[in-house]
Amino acid sequence: MSLKHVHDDRSAELLERAFRELLIEKGLVSDAAVDERVEFMYARTPALGARVVARAWFDSGFKARLLADGSAAVRELGIDVGALKLVVVENAPQLHNLIVCTLCSCYPRMLLGLPPDWYKSVEYRSRAVREPRAVLAEFGVSLPAGVTVRVHDSTADMRYLVLPMRPHGTAALSEDECAALVTRDAMIGTAVVVAPKV
Amino acid sequence: MTARFQLGEPVRVVDTGASGHVRTPRYIRGKRGVVERICGEFRKPEELAYGRYDGERESLYRVRFAQREVWPDYSGPADDTLDIEIYERWLERSEEGR
Repeated sequence: MSLKHVHDDRSAELLERAFRELLIEKGLVSDAAVDERVEFMYARTPALGARVVARAWFDSGFKARLLADGSAAVRELGIDVGALKLVVVENAPQLHNLIVCTLCSCYPRMLLGLPPDWYKSVEYRSRAVREPRAVLAEFGVSLPAGVTVRVHDSTADMRYLVLPMRPHGTAALSEDECAALVTRDAMIGTAVVVAPKV
Repeated sequence: MTARFQLGEPVRVVDTGASGHVRTPRYIRGKRGVVERICGEFRKPEELAYGRYDGERESLYRVRFAQREVWPDYSGPADDTLDIEIYERWLERSEEGR
């Protein structure tokens, strides 16, 4: 099974629906509250995380605050992250970070939206900790010799965001143009950010 | 309550054999690492999971392990590491981190 092609599980969808309808029937939540929450989460996209990354590339003071206290720094940008406890880990020429949640699928949804299906797959969750370099290679990330791989297993109360390296060849780009280069996978660690082709 | 372990301190994950909604994966139990960060105090997940929202709080740490400590047959470089969050009651002092 390829990591990038995980099929939908219809039984999970049915279970969710049955559970949701039961909660509504019992009066524990309202239909409107569920809709509101769903809309709120669908409004969250990796563009939020990309904005944070680009700001860190352009403002070293912000970057320092982001690495020291991720949630507080993100709130500076006016992004509501609720109770999120964000840890930002920085890639460097000699260090590549990779995020996984082996126990379930903990993910910084407030900044990246819903996780991709492969992130929730048993295969990614087990292999990312066991053989991260093989997983990275399958995602097309080839690391130069001498680069250390640091895996972060998001098992409890923290959520993680990778601060990727700004690619060469982007010195002339604006902050917004740089943000547009930052992909979801680059913020999980299964990709690196590449400069636009000239 | 203050954190019992300090930054940089060598620790070992105890294997209590506990199951249920615990957040310490089996693969890390018994392994030795070093405290990378003290994350603050949080309520116990195995109580929260069953609706007890007013239980006592406990210190949470990020512990860094050498991949070769976690997986003795790890084929990558010796510098590769794994960071993972562990609650205080799962940790004990260790003579050496790796």
